[in-house]
Amino acid sequence: MTDFSAHATTVPAAPQQPAALAIRGLAKAFGSKAAVNGINLDVPAGSFYGLVGPNGAGKTTSLSMATGLLRPDAGQVWVHGVDVWAHQLEAKRLMGLLPDGVRLFDRLSGEQLVTYAGLLRGMDRDTVAHRVHDLLAALDLAKDAGTLVVDYSAGMTKKIALAAALIHAPRLLVLDEPFESVDPVSAANIRDILHDYVASGGTVIVSSHVMDLVQRMCDHVAVIAAGTVLAAGTVDQVRGDLSLEDRFVELVGGRNQTAGLQWLRTS
Amino acid sequence: MVAHLLRLKIALLRNSLRRSTMQLVGLAIGALYGLGILGTALVGLAVLGTQGPEVVGTVLVLAGSALFLGWLIIPVVASGLDMTLDPARFSTYSIPMRQLLAGLALSGFIGIPGAITLLASMGTAAAWWQHPGAAAVALFCGAVAALTCVVASRAITAASASLASSRKFKDLSGVVLLVPLVLLGPITTSLTAGVQGVRDYLPDLANTLSWTPLGAVWAVPAAVAAGQWAAAGGKLAIALAALAVLTWIWKACLAKALVTPPHAGNLRRSAGNLGFFRLFAASPAGAVAARSLTYWFRDPRYSAGLIIAPLLPLVFVFASSQAAGGGSTGVVLGLGGALAAFLVVWSISSDISYDNTAFALHLGAGVPGAADRAGRAAAAGILALALGILYALAGAVISGSWALLPATLGLTIGAVGSGLGLASVFSARFTMNAPLPGDSPLKSKPGNNFSAMVVQFSGFAGVGVLVVPELVLTTIALAGNRPALGWISLATGAVLGAVFLAAGLRIGARLYDRRAPELLLAVSADR
Repeated sequence: MTDFSAHATTVPAAPQQPAALAIRGLAKAFGSKAAVNGINLDVPAGSFYGLVGPNGAGKTTSLSMATGLLRPDAGQVWVHGVDVWAHQLEAKRLMGLLPDGVRLFDRLSGEQLVTYAGLLRGMDRDTVAHRVHDLLAALDLAKDAGTLVVDYSAGMTKKIALAAALIHAPRLLVLDEPFESVDPVSAANIRDILHDYVASGGTVIVSSHVMDLVQRMCDHVAVIAAGTVLAAGTVDQVRGDLSLEDRFVELVGGRNQTAGLQWLRTS
Repeated sequence: MVAHLLRLKIALLRNSLRRSTMQLVGLAIGALYGLGILGTALVGLAVLGTQGPEVVGTVLVLAGSALFLGWLIIPVVASGLDMTLDPARFSTYSIPMRQLLAGLALSGFIGIPGAITLLASMGTAAAWWQHPGAAAVALFCGAVAALTCVVASRAITAASASLASSRKFKDLSGVVLLVPLVLLGPITTSLTAGVQGVRDYLPDLANTLSWTPLGAVWAVPAAVAAGQWAAAGGKLAIALAALAVLTWIWKACLAKALVTPPHAGNLRRSAGNLGFFRLFAASPAGAVAARSLTYWFRDPRYSAGLIIAPLLPLVFVFASSQAAGGGSTGVVLGLGGALAAFLVVWSISSDISYDNTAFALHLGAGVPGAADRAGRAAAAGILALALGILYALAGAVISGSWALLPATLGLTIGAVGSGLGLASVFSARFTMNAPLPGDSPLKSKPGNNFSAMVVQFSGFAGVGVLVVPELVLTTIALAGNRPALGWISLATGAVLGAVFLAAGLRIGARLYDRRAPELLLAVSADR
């Protein structure tokens, strides 16, 4: 991890005082449909950043491009000053990813999968073994460590994927819908882990459409809809006097103000 | 409601075709193939009509019973083959059972196998052109028979659904049931040999079958043609009763399935078994190799290949012993081993398609192309070399001639090295519509076949060209019994295999580094 800072200074277009994640003019179209429309975003180092937006807003597409999984049509991304698409391997070393909607190598046991993720990052065997043990215990998966991931429940699968994202102690964590189908106790455990991580200087980006969760958990938030950033900043700046949920609805629109489904009455 | 279900099936078919033109081409080829079978069957039936009614009856009963058996067995073998109208998906809608059954049964005729079965069954009327009365009955009986086929296959799918939904059963059945398919050649040869011995016995067999649910419906026209009205009525009653019983079984199983959501039995296992990860170097390449090797044994899509490949040399040995007696067994076994080894290494040409979106882990972790390529090649190479060398040794033992062992080994090593090299390039360049993780290894989507075939064929041809030197040397050494040339072949195979492997890994790694995000995008389209 030490060689990257030298690297950061050689990347010319990087913003001053590098943000954990800086996005400039990022755009992607699938066919004629623009999924992401030239977004700009700065995620300060050490922040707990929430990314909220309705379904199909372009959250997953943006995060995929920001993390080097999907090549953008236009725009640039820097992670701690390293250009993600110009220096892919260096940038990926700094990031831990929990992508949404992708499969895992689920014929491996949970323990094997996390070990695999660590070894793929080039870590040595003892460190990997030590961290796998800690992660499985922290995520309450120790009892199922030898079970194949294909036989895991949805929540367990999410947790094992999170463990695989954490194994190399990244400086930036990008989590796409990390709490989906995770039970409340595990979710609270995960939140504790993430808060400790941020307190020790790490940066977390989570996408979610649970506003309450983001308002309670994050210090920064960006609202994305139809492939553009509608608002970004600290949670208090974005929400003003309203709750985040009300502010979100106000920004995104689409609430039906009619009387609703008159016939859907039981009495 | 029945019309809705039929429309849904047609819409699903149309939409799947809209997704890619290759699927359309595949469906067209499938349809042509089906029409070919249908045409052949109809012509055959008409020709059969020139024979006497007893012969016609015997042939139809035997062929019809075989058709029934096919419809009963294939859905179990290839579980999840066509689940476009999976009954489980209707569990949240309150569709009356009667209409659901009718809709699902009729939708079975939309699609190539169902349509061809219906047309061919009703086409049995063509065999009765000398007996117009029997032909009219055959039309009706053909429709009943086709409906019974569909209902029987649905019933057996529904009955085995709870069993088939457990992952272990799916994994096992998909792989194990491939074995008879591979050995189909030897099995049919033995059967034909047997059948020729008992040709006189066939009419008796047909006669017996005609009183069982398997053959009854096919025997009705023959009974009509012979004027045996009581037998005709009895057999029709058996056929209709069979249809009724199958429908009832189907209905009962479906009713149960609709209120019993599938659940996975779970055995908790704690940590401690890292398997192959302990055996390989703790590096990205070593990890990829350990993961790939684990998949060769745990993922039925890979292990199917691992089961089929070793059976092929045995098939060749059988064929050659039929053609040329037992003298060449050893040589054939050795050469078959080389082919089996090649087939194993070639399967990594679609490795990334098999990973599907799990490949995101490699991409997200920034695995260098060189490590990814080398790891995958190492896993397949280990298995293929072990297999090839084992068969080469077995061949030498059986033929009792160790002098020619180097010749066989030369070809094996050359084929493994060259195959791995080219496959490493192919898998970084092409993705295909592979069976998804967890699907049956037999499942191939309509339309995949054509584009995949072009890629596969050019790969085979490419490797064929790369191993020409070893192939020529080995052939001359074996045919002319010249062990010296065998040693040259071994040296050539080792050198050329190593060179092509190194070059393939390098080119593949460069392609991978440039195109990895595009590869992920290509496999994400299909999930």
